[in-house]
Amino acid sequence: MTILNSAGLTKAFGQTIALNKVDLNIEAGRVIGLLGPNGSGKTTFLKLCNGLLTPTSGSVKIADKAPGVRTKAIVSFLPEDNYFSDWMKVKDMVSFFADFYKDFDAAKAEDMLITLEIDPAAQIKSLSKGAKEKVQLILVMARKARLYLLDEPIGGVDPATRDYILRTIITNYNPEASVIISTHLIADVEQVLDEVIFLKEGEIVMHEDVDTIREEKGVSVDQLFREVFKC
Amino acid sequence: MAWQFDPDRPIYKQLKERILLRIVSGTYAAGAQLPTVRDLAEEAAVNPNTLQKALQELERDGLVHAQRTSGRFVTEDKTLIKQAKNDLAKEQIDLFLKKMAAIGYDRQDAVVLIQTTKEVKPK
Repeated sequence: MTILNSAGLTKAFGQTIALNKVDLNIEAGRVIGLLGPNGSGKTTFLKLCNGLLTPTSGSVKIADKAPGVRTKAIVSFLPEDNYFSDWMKVKDMVSFFADFYKDFDAAKAEDMLITLEIDPAAQIKSLSKGAKEKVQLILVMARKARLYLLDEPIGGVDPATRDYILRTIITNYNPEASVIISTHLIADVEQVLDEVIFLKEGEIVMHEDVDTIREEKGVSVDQLFREVFKC
Repeated sequence: MAWQFDPDRPIYKQLKERILLRIVSGTYAAGAQLPTVRDLAEEAAVNPNTLQKALQELERDGLVHAQRTSGRFVTEDKTLIKQAKNDLAKEQIDLFLKKMAAIGYDRQDAVVLIQTTKEVKPK
């Protein structure tokens, strides 16, 4: 079953082409790494999937629907920057999400807050940068979505939290849902991924299974990335 | 603690080896039920699809079999497990002999050396 499909997906900002004719098919039940150097179009792609940007040409569909209210009900998006209001408390955010998303599991979010030692009564303003990222990730992962789009979910947190996040992705695994993770920290996520997409200057230069890469090329995805994108 | 993997070989193959090692060493006894894919994937910190593939390989070799509703079990066939154990041991010996040859010891020299080497008790 296809969960995400894009055809000729293109986005230009003035003269700059951020994403160029991307054809992609993502099946349900997969964990996918969206990998590429800075400015390769990863965030643009994720924003297009969320309807935060509109394509210049081509199309993207989530479960056969163009991004909109219906797809937002089944897509859980972790943006790179934080969108919390400073006056809110952590628990306000939890009820905010519970109001907004039918598939949000508040009990699960509260459990995760306890595990990561975040006080639900704390004001967002008082949290460290890393703690804010944790809260955001908890809210996103506590939804029972069909598609999770995670933009750099592990970049800003310590290695122990990184492990916890990756474990959460594994234990959340559902054959009907897929997860797309954009990141630079390939070695950390590699063993959690089914397949990887390499983006270079807005185009897909490779889309392959992790174990196929290891089998055929005898290198890890991390090593291959370093070769393909050698500066 | 997540399992560590070599960077240059498929992860499913390494998972298969790790699970096989648990079977031949008796951690998972003959006829015993294996942990679920989800539990094993969490322990190893790997993608559940990859772990599934490793188990399917073990199934193909007859060392593991699935029962429709109750999960996966280690084979009851102890001869088969013994065979797998022997194969693993032979692989290690081949590897060892190759390394010894690189140092300049032939098979006979290596055997003599093994017999005259004092056993170091594991701590």
